[in-house]
Amino acid sequence: MTKNLTWKLVLIVATLLFFLFGIFGVPNNWSGKGLISAITDRIHLGLDLRGGTHLILQVKVNDAISVDSDAAMERLKEALRTAKINYADISKPDPASNPDRIVIKGVPPESSGDLRSIATDRLAEYDLASGPENTWVITMKPQLMASLKNQAVTQAIETIRNRIDQLGVSEPVIQEHGLGQYQILVQLPGVDDPARVKEIMQSTAMLEIRQVFGGPYNSEQEAIQGQPGGSLPMDAMLMQGKRTPDGQQTWYVVARTSAVTGRDLRDARPGQDRNGMPAVSFNLTGEGGRKFYTFTSAHVGDNLGVVLDGRVQSVARINDAIRDSGIIEGRFTEQEVKDQSMVLRSGALPAGIAYLEERTVGPSLGADSIRSGVRAAVIGMVAVLIFMLVYYRGAGINADVALILNLIILLGFLGFSGATLTLPGIAGVILTIGMGVDSNVLIFERIREELRNGKTPASAVDQGFSHAWITIVDTHVTTIVSAFILFIFGTGPVRGFAVTLTFGLLANLFTAVFVSRVVFDWILSRKQRGEALSI
Amino acid sequence: MEFFKDANIDFLGKKWYFLAFSLIFSVAGVLSMLFWHGIPLGVDFRGGTLVYVKFSKAPDTNAIRAQLDRAGLKDFRIQQYGPAANDEVLVALDVRKTSEQALDQGKAQIIKALETNVPQGKVDLNNASSLTISNYLLEKDPLRAGTEANQRYAAITQAIVGYRDKTRGGVLSSLDELKSVTDPAVVASLNDGFYLSEFGVRNVEIVGPQVGKQLRNQALWAILYSLLGMLVYLWFRFEWIYGLAAVVTVFHDTLITVGAFSLANKEISLTVIAAILTLVGYSNNDTIVIFDRIRENIKLMRREKLADIVNRSINQTLSRTILTAGLTFLTVLALYLFGGEVLHGFSFALVIGILIGTYSSIAIAAPILVAYQEWRAGRGKRPIAMPVDTGKRVEKVKAKA
Repeated sequence: MTKNLTWKLVLIVATLLFFLFGIFGVPNNWSGKGLISAITDRIHLGLDLRGGTHLILQVKVNDAISVDSDAAMERLKEALRTAKINYADISKPDPASNPDRIVIKGVPPESSGDLRSIATDRLAEYDLASGPENTWVITMKPQLMASLKNQAVTQAIETIRNRIDQLGVSEPVIQEHGLGQYQILVQLPGVDDPARVKEIMQSTAMLEIRQVFGGPYNSEQEAIQGQPGGSLPMDAMLMQGKRTPDGQQTWYVVARTSAVTGRDLRDARPGQDRNGMPAVSFNLTGEGGRKFYTFTSAHVGDNLGVVLDGRVQSVARINDAIRDSGIIEGRFTEQEVKDQSMVLRSGALPAGIAYLEERTVGPSLGADSIRSGVRAAVIGMVAVLIFMLVYYRGAGINADVALILNLIILLGFLGFSGATLTLPGIAGVILTIGMGVDSNVLIFERIREELRNGKTPASAVDQGFSHAWITIVDTHVTTIVSAFILFIFGTGPVRGFAVTLTFGLLANLFTAVFVSRVVFDWILSRKQRGEALSI
Repeated sequence: MEFFKDANIDFLGKKWYFLAFSLIFSVAGVLSMLFWHGIPLGVDFRGGTLVYVKFSKAPDTNAIRAQLDRAGLKDFRIQQYGPAANDEVLVALDVRKTSEQALDQGKAQIIKALETNVPQGKVDLNNASSLTISNYLLEKDPLRAGTEANQRYAAITQAIVGYRDKTRGGVLSSLDELKSVTDPAVVASLNDGFYLSEFGVRNVEIVGPQVGKQLRNQALWAILYSLLGMLVYLWFRFEWIYGLAAVVTVFHDTLITVGAFSLANKEISLTVIAAILTLVGYSNNDTIVIFDRIRENIKLMRREKLADIVNRSINQTLSRTILTAGLTFLTVLALYLFGGEVLHGFSFALVIGILIGTYSSIAIAAPILVAYQEWRAGRGKRPIAMPVDTGKRVEKVKAKA
């Protein structure tokens, strides 16, 4: 009996040391400040305690679909031209909500067979269906659309991660959010300037190189009139350029599709243009270089525009074929060139992003929250400790020891698992103290009852624990199930609460039942026969 | 020391008083939800822009209102946030002004409107980011730091920002205060490029309409699943009527708690929902303890009426029930009084919830059990609240013998 007891005591002390290690690690110095910094190293603080920025982004997946279907449309037109099939119109009737839907009008019925074979050949990922009045409707295959959308989100996450990495934010969180809504969660601890971060994330940094037919014009009307015949050619569109120094908005007439896109970009660095002014110099990939070479060889003497985020940055004449490098010049500052290169380097965002939610917790609030939370926890804890001592006397010490060990194990759990401690998480710790002591109360009340019924102390303790055990399990399981549901449906701070509550209750199962029992056994083993139990 | 030793209160006899009490509070809450304050939803569920601003001295809400008006902002709300000593104000914009096209436009407008008397060419140090400050110091180089400039100024910036945020709560009143954390030369240099406004932005919450709707749905699902989980678990551990009694009890608790929020016009945020789910768990716990004792006593006191068994069970567990409630209430009260403004809604829900949850296990759950059994007995059926397995075991033993 004594031997068993010794082993159990050793186990308890070992647990204590183990979880203390979880909280503090091995502190560099043992002063008050040293210990506090050891804790903050091990225990991961949430955004609401550290300060920082929390964003939820919507990836505009339809953009990604549009890119693919626009290219498909061009391929189709070219194929029909080559096969000399006439058509009246090929366009997207509703690009906003159905970005993949292309309608072909006016194909003569005798060419429908050819049309079908072209569709199977060149537009393999699309479905062709005939519509009313001699029209044909092309839509993207559903699996492809779904996979493109998911790909867009994954790529967006990668790109954003690259950009944030280069900013040097420590421990950012960038992950998919929600279920099937194409949303991204971004959490940036310690970032007190969300505006700059958003700018860097926001720009789609869509680099494109397109043929420029005319410009710069001072207005859209001027641009249209400047074209042969007074109207835009079929394969051209209007695009904004940079503003002139006196704030005037310029317009260009550019090709609808691009010769080279951001996907073909290999590198971008701050550099200088011919005049030594800051400029971005870029390199293309092998594939991109080939495409560019083909394009420029076929368009010697024409104008090329470098388009960034849907704005024409600069226009240059193609004097001879260019293979794989170029310069984006314009009235940039050094900082702009640095930011721009970084954004281009980290890859193109496959689709635009919109912000759905933004929260910025200032570090002053974070510090205050920690202060208040810890203060409330200490006060609550002390109140409970004192009460247990007063109400249960000797057994109160038992409960208090169990409670303190419970807290240590809970915090140690947090340290080991790297789970995040949030402000509701601190509230969870406080709640664990209150609910945890319930187990002790259950057991002690039962022991008192058994003693009243005339049982010996040893037997009363035994009965107390065995009767209370099943109720303790019941109550802990139901609360943990609640916490589990909170974890699934909750966001960051609420999850922190669910986690500390669950860890705390699990620790409580150990301390209130095993540790308390061992302490009772130890006390009983030192008592004389017939001596009363202090409870 | 012992409370409630040998208690013998006839709880079930008082059930009509309990019912009246519950009815009054439930109805008051429901009326408030329907006709008075409605269900006050926080920004998490409603969407909108919230900017929490702390001032260096007591803020004049009327003056602030006039400032925002002048800047062209309409449909905003200003209220004091937290205790008056904090000098904090909350400016809220409706969700209609918070669209996903320009989510942070409202915030930018508010901050701009609050900045009065901006000296030409200077930046507000109270709201400047670390990057702005360190870039400025690197450029001006007041300490002639040479090659170590990056590290030194980074450390100085951290000290300044740390002092401003952690020690002074985010708002400095005078640049001279910084002399305690850094060189006077640095302070003099900051004086040239920075001024101090009267306010510092402590916290910003901007929730677009789409997210608001998503969170509303999530909260509802969470509550639904919780109740379902409870019902299933209790059905599995006891009889179905116990499960039903527990669910009705929990529904009663939630109703009164939400009613309390409506009556006090406090906002329900996501953390409040977490608190409500927690008190559901707590109330359930309480109910289970009593049900466990009832079940145990049914095995022991097979001959007695269920009403007497239930009364006896409640009295036996009374000590434990009141103690646990008291201890948990103590901790939650500490949270409510000392836990700070951010957790205020959460701790309010728990304070109310613990009281009501404890009350309801005795006043609602137990009477439902007995009432149901009496109803079944009245129709001549076998009482179902007795666990069936006890009967079976006895039958088997009898058959063998």
